[in-house]
Amino acid sequence: MLNKNIYLILIISFVFAISFWIGFNVNLLPAEASINAPIYDELFKILFIIGLIIFIGMTIAVVYSLFKFRKRNDQIGDGIALEGNLSLEIVWTIIPSIIVLFIGLYSYNIYDRMGGMKELNHNHDMMTSNTEKIWAGISQTSDNEIAINNLSIEVSAMQFAFLFNYPKGNFISGELHVPVDQKVSMKMESKDVIHAFWVPEFRIKQDIIPGQPTILNFTPTKIGKYPIICAELCGPYHGGMRASIIVEEESDYNEWFNKNKKPEVNL
Amino acid sequence: MTISIDPQKANNESLQPKGWLRYFSFSLDHKVIGIQYLVCGFLFYLIGGTLASAIRIELASPISDFMPRDVYNQVLTLHGTIMIFLWIVPVVNGAFGNYLIPFYVGARDMAFPRLNAVAFWLIPPSGLMLVASYFVEGAAQAGWTAYPPLSITTPQSGQIIWILSVLLLGGSSIFGGINFIATIIKLRRPGLKLMQLPMYCWAMLGTSLLVVLSTPVLAGTLILLSFDIIANTGFFNPVLGGNVVVYQHLFWFYSHPAVYIMVLPAFGLVSEILPVHARKPLFGYTTMVFSIMGIVVLGLVVWAHHMFTSGTPPWMRLFFTIATAFIAVPTGIKFFNWVATLWGGKISINSAILFSCGFIINFVFGGITGVALAQVPFDIHVHDTYFVVAHFHYIVYGGTVFIIFSSIYHWFPKVTGKMLNEKLGILHFIITFIGFNLCFAPQHWLGLNGMPRRVAEYDPQFQFVNQISSLGALLMAISTIPFLINVFISVINGKDAGDNPWNALTPEWLTSSPPPVENWEGEAPLVEEPYGYGKEISEQK
Repeated sequence: MLNKNIYLILIISFVFAISFWIGFNVNLLPAEASINAPIYDELFKILFIIGLIIFIGMTIAVVYSLFKFRKRNDQIGDGIALEGNLSLEIVWTIIPSIIVLFIGLYSYNIYDRMGGMKELNHNHDMMTSNTEKIWAGISQTSDNEIAINNLSIEVSAMQFAFLFNYPKGNFISGELHVPVDQKVSMKMESKDVIHAFWVPEFRIKQDIIPGQPTILNFTPTKIGKYPIICAELCGPYHGGMRASIIVEEESDYNEWFNKNKKPEVNL
Repeated sequence: MTISIDPQKANNESLQPKGWLRYFSFSLDHKVIGIQYLVCGFLFYLIGGTLASAIRIELASPISDFMPRDVYNQVLTLHGTIMIFLWIVPVVNGAFGNYLIPFYVGARDMAFPRLNAVAFWLIPPSGLMLVASYFVEGAAQAGWTAYPPLSITTPQSGQIIWILSVLLLGGSSIFGGINFIATIIKLRRPGLKLMQLPMYCWAMLGTSLLVVLSTPVLAGTLILLSFDIIANTGFFNPVLGGNVVVYQHLFWFYSHPAVYIMVLPAFGLVSEILPVHARKPLFGYTTMVFSIMGIVVLGLVVWAHHMFTSGTPPWMRLFFTIATAFIAVPTGIKFFNWVATLWGGKISINSAILFSCGFIINFVFGGITGVALAQVPFDIHVHDTYFVVAHFHYIVYGGTVFIIFSSIYHWFPKVTGKMLNEKLGILHFIITFIGFNLCFAPQHWLGLNGMPRRVAEYDPQFQFVNQISSLGALLMAISTIPFLINVFISVINGKDAGDNPWNALTPEWLTSSPPPVENWEGEAPLVEEPYGYGKEISEQK
């Protein structure tokens, strides 16, 4: 019996060790380029390790049973008439409940750190919004509120393109330019069907819905050019509906902005 | 107080044909209807599989070069719709349910044999109509989810035929659900208690409750959508003041429970197969029953986890995250119980047990990615990407379709009286298992790294991984060949199976194989312990 327990402990430690090793050494995610990305990757790593422990453990249990308890040619009769075990049932109800509850609360915490749990548009003032943590969802603000900050951008999506309107500069661009390390606020509306704004390197996505403006806020942290991908089936050219986001130094961004800026038309 | 049905009398009345011709007739025999469901479903599986192969050929290169872009969208829409509504749902519910449930409750037929036949005969015409819509003006091309406004703005004829077809299939599903509930509750043989029923009955009771509660919501939603398309109403059309997110709530109120309609019967079937081949009682019968009912209840209140990027309020996201993740608890209990059923058994290594164990491994993997997807911050990055595609194929193919094959290997001797060839069966399992994992495991990485779903073209950096996936799809297509050869050879020239080749204790094996029209020559046997393996040795009563 003691011998058996030692083997069990050895196997469990092996499963944990290999899961942790894979979890910390195998990277399945693209580059991290926004403040959301490292938070997301932290959650991913935890879920990946827990998932690996369960998956490897269950696979070993199934394969071991098939091998160890396979019927030999000389065997007749049935296996042991074991119909259940209440304490085992309680153990494998309570442990998964604890794991699931932990994952739920932990991901709540992650979501809160990303800014997702803050009531949308609560005390919404774009001038001071760099410290505010609103994230994404259906917008309830009126149009003039959103167009105050330099980094308030209006996104229009249509079959099969994104257009980025910089209200402060009074111009429209097909490429999204933003300065690094500054919070960008976007108000998005679709002209036809549902689209979605996805930047994999930022770990953010928000549907763009006709008839209901949505908002999406993010802070890029790494200079570079990243794809903007439409993630909601929007028609035959859905796969080709892509744009680029260019994250650059503030001086480069200002240069680009001033070059494209048009004088405001006074009515 | 049970209602007595005499199928022989009914059959004589309507001059039923005999022999193989009865499979093409409006037969009232539950066993004939079960086989009709299975064969019809398998033919649609071949069509759906051909469409899947077309998708994987298109995705072997990063540019859209194999078919026109709008045809690609029609292909993916038809693939999803056919696989869900014409293969998996009719087969795990209709085929095995009709064949097995009357045996399990000790009845001679289903509660409503005519309704049963109507339910089946709705399927071939609506399936053919769906496939034929391609040749009219092109099939529907808004995906199987048919989200407006895309479904309103794409060519109308295809979308309307799609709606009609899904409505008929939903009707068939509701008729079946009512029939199963009535049969399990009211047609039980006197003396047979609910807690003595084989587990598949409980699974079908839970599934049928979900069908009856949620399918009408889909039907209503699709009728409103068809009004928007043909009568210019504005329920979901934003141009006329409609709300597209409301459609998503209504659609997923059915379509999330639909996942359980596809997997709960598989949970029931595997609970029948494992004890027979492991020669052990099903571990934890009572907790298995409660976990099925737990899944049914939770399954009805998790639908909005499909809409985390649509703009649901934060409190709603939190609720649906917790509710969804908690489904892992009753589901986990079932998997631990199945492994405990294997533990200490005398397991015959055959095709049925291999497919069942493949199911356990694949489904655990799909379940783990499912718990991850339930977490709002995790889902927001991978929603609508190949990660999701990989996840649900692990559930419905790696899970349910593996169990369909396992069940065919298990019950083939019952239905035909002949054995399937084990060598071909194990070859079928090996190719399917490798092909399936090769096809879908790499898709998780694709989704995490930036490949959205439902695209005909993609970033060239993903080409290599997509080609591995397409190679896996090729293996899956090839794996059908040994299976088909096996079935044809065995039907014609298979080894004689005898009445009970597995020495099983569940009631369907306590009669001849194939069974007589009335299921038993005399009175239906009272099976109080369908899983009483090992009892005669260990217990002295």
